[in-house]
Parts: sequence; structure tokens; C-alpha cells
Amino acid sequence: MLKTFLSYLIFPGFLFSACAGLIACWIDRKVTARIQWRVGPPWHQNFTDIIKLLGKETIVPSDSSKWTFLLAPCLGVLGLILATTIIGRAALVPSESFLGDLIVVLYLLIIPAVAMIIAGASSGNPLASVGVSREMKLVLAYELPFLLSVTAVIIKCNGAIQFAGILNHQLNFASNIASFSGILAFVAALICMQAKLGLAPFDISEADQELMGGVLIEYSGLPLALFKLTKAMLLYTSPLLLIVLFFGKDLSLLFILLKFVGILVVFILIKNTNPRLRIDQALRFFWGPVTLLALLANGLALLGY
Amino acid sequence: MDFKLKALTKSIWVFHVSAGSCNNCDIEILDCLTPRFDLERFGIQLIGSVRHADAILITGAMNRKSVPRMKKIYEQAPKPCVVVAVGQCALSRHMFRFSYNVKEPLDNILPVDLYIPGCPPRPEAIIDGIVKLVNKIRENK
Repeated sequence: MLKTFLSYLIFPGFLFSACAGLIACWIDRKVTARIQWRVGPPWHQNFTDIIKLLGKETIVPSDSSKWTFLLAPCLGVLGLILATTIIGRAALVPSESFLGDLIVVLYLLIIPAVAMIIAGASSGNPLASVGVSREMKLVLAYELPFLLSVTAVIIKCNGAIQFAGILNHQLNFASNIASFSGILAFVAALICMQAKLGLAPFDISEADQELMGGVLIEYSGLPLALFKLTKAMLLYTSPLLLIVLFFGKDLSLLFILLKFVGILVVFILIKNTNPRLRIDQALRFFWGPVTLLALLANGLALLGY
Repeated sequence: MDFKLKALTKSIWVFHVSAGSCNNCDIEILDCLTPRFDLERFGIQLIGSVRHADAILITGAMNRKSVPRMKKIYEQAPKPCVVVAVGQCALSRHMFRFSYNVKEPLDNILPVDLYIPGCPPRPEAIIDGIVKLVNKIRENK
């Protein structure tokens, strides 16, 4: 009982994933700065930001619904903690995973986006509601190809819907990425994760220049810190999920770290070299080429490639 | 308390308001974020919403239209929040001091914590001003 509790709160759960996520955010900022020929912030910058936000005043707008406004960030963090813990424990001790945990994680990973939607809608700001409508469309857009690329992995692993089964299959045969269907599914999943993280070509719902922070426009202090923490933890969770699904062959500490940083840098490079899409372009992109890619991966996986 | 203050001065998120400036000061502010000066080294970022701001950075002479909006923006910012006046216009109305449209200088309207003179101030002057402000805040508390 205590062990379960600790695993949710400390090691693969909240504390560890928050620290790892903030470090991942720093890697993001640092690599971005180096690409732009700047120096970039020190490694503790994101920790400083969070501590600072905790010390600031929390303002609740008068025309917002107060409890929803304050509880939405907690919802996002809690959902993500569960997802991170399940993935982390599956990677550490595969024998402890339960049947269907992959599907549970897929559901839990939508919760941060749902929390953003609730948050923006409850804040009573017109710019936030524009952000909410964009976020909603974006979720609809990327979930379809993302689930399809996950089904390609499941087909590849002989129908395993458990992390243990997927890892076992990759351990016995080869990483899923080392096949045609695996490569196609990985590319599709990577692009979908980019949208899930809200990074540059798909940062449509936050859009600093046009929506001034979008859904987060009315947030300050502690709730804003929670949202920043959710984003940071997602930046740790989603590469980890991709590693478990596609690069599961060798999960020793060094290799997992190398793969993690590698996937992260790919995210950052895509972010820094692409301008923001309009929401209709994003929708067309996800339901067109990316879905086709994922479908192709499914077909190839069925044929055994 | 000291810990919190240190975090506050190490991560300043700036909300930039142009209260009727000629855009020259705004360009110099953007220069501070370019590779040559790179204020992100010190955790200083430009952000979009005033709700996230730790500093409100004001350029330009305060004309009649922008005064009530300016007050509103200041009230919307979460405290503690400092106000920085950049450029001669924001400091003293400069060449617009006899204008029908610019009634009073900025520091009659908002409590200004830092004045950065110049028309426009150089990026070095802006960075120097920020360092002085940070030192002042750290000594006072």
C-alpha cells in the first residue's frame, strides 16, 4: 500500500516526473537558444519560474466560475500523474503492469487537454474561448492518427494491449522501429505528440502572438504554475511513451536517456523550423497525410512487415 | 521569503505595453532578446498576457486614450509587479509635453519603479536599468 502510494507520489510518479519534465523544458529552451545563436537560460530556470509563480498573487476573474477555474489545473496534473506512473512502472518492472494499461494511458493522456478546455471555458475571456475551440478541434484532429499508430504497434506485437506484452515482444524480436510499419507508425505518432505537447507548428491554442496565451490568458499564480508543470510533465511523459512503444529493445538507464534526449531534440527541431499552422490546415494535415501514414503502417503490420 | 524574492528576481516575465510610442523604443526592447544581448540568460521573457506578468514595461507618451486602459492593465496584473518606464516619452512626455492630447506624465498615473531614459535607450541602458532595479529590490527586502 505504502509502496504504491510512494510510487505515485515520488519515484516514477509526481516528484520525479515533475523534475524530469522541468529539466526537459530546460533542454527545450537551451537547444532553442543555441539554434538561434543565443546562450540560453541556466539549468534551474524552469524550477525558478515555478517557485516564482507559487509566490505570486492568484487572481480569479469575477465573471468566471470560480471552482471550475481553480480545479481544472488540478485535474490536468492528477490525470498526468496517473499516466506517468503507469508508464514509468511498466518500463521499470514490466511484470507489475496490468491488462489493458496501454488503453488506460491513452485515455489518461487526453485529460491534460480536457483540463485546458475546461480551464479556458470557465475563465470567461473571449480570447480564451477562441483558444478552447482551437484546442478542441486539435484534440479531435490528432487523436485519430495517434490511436491508429498505436494500433499498428499492437498488431505488430501480436495483439498485446499491455506494456509488459509490448516490451516483451520487442525484447524477444526487435524494437518496433526496426520495421517498415514501425517507422511509419513512429513518424505519425511523433507528429501527433508534437500537437499533444502544443509545440510550434501546432501551438494553435496558445498562440502567444494572436491569442496572448490563449486558454491560459486569465491564469496567474498557483494555477498557472500547475499548468506549466503539466506541460513540463507531458514533455517527459510523451517521449517516454514513444520509447516504450517503439524503442523497447534495450531499456538500460544510459540507452533510455539517450533515446529520451534524441526524441526530445527531434521535437525541438520540428518546433524551431516550422511556422504555426492555421487550425483548418492542422485538421486537414492530421486527417489527411498523417492518418494515411498511420493506416499504411497498420496495413504493413498486418502483412507482417 | 528571501528564497521567494530570489526566484522573483531571477525569473522576470515582462508584459510590454506601447502607450502611443513611435515604435523606436519597442525595437530597442526587442533588441535585448536578440543573440547579442540575450536577456533570456537571466530568465527574462516577454509574455502575452498581463496576468502572467512580473513587470509591466511601458513605452511612449501617455495619451488620453491610453490612460484609462493603462490603469486597467495595471489593476489586472498579479502583485508583486513592477512598472518600468522606457524612453524619454514615458519619462517626461519629451516633445509631446505641450500637446493637447498628453495631459500628464506616466508617474502621475502609475507608481513607476524604474526609469530608463533615452530616445530610444540603448539595449545596454535597458539591461543596466534592470540590474539596478533587481539590486534595489533585493536590498529593500
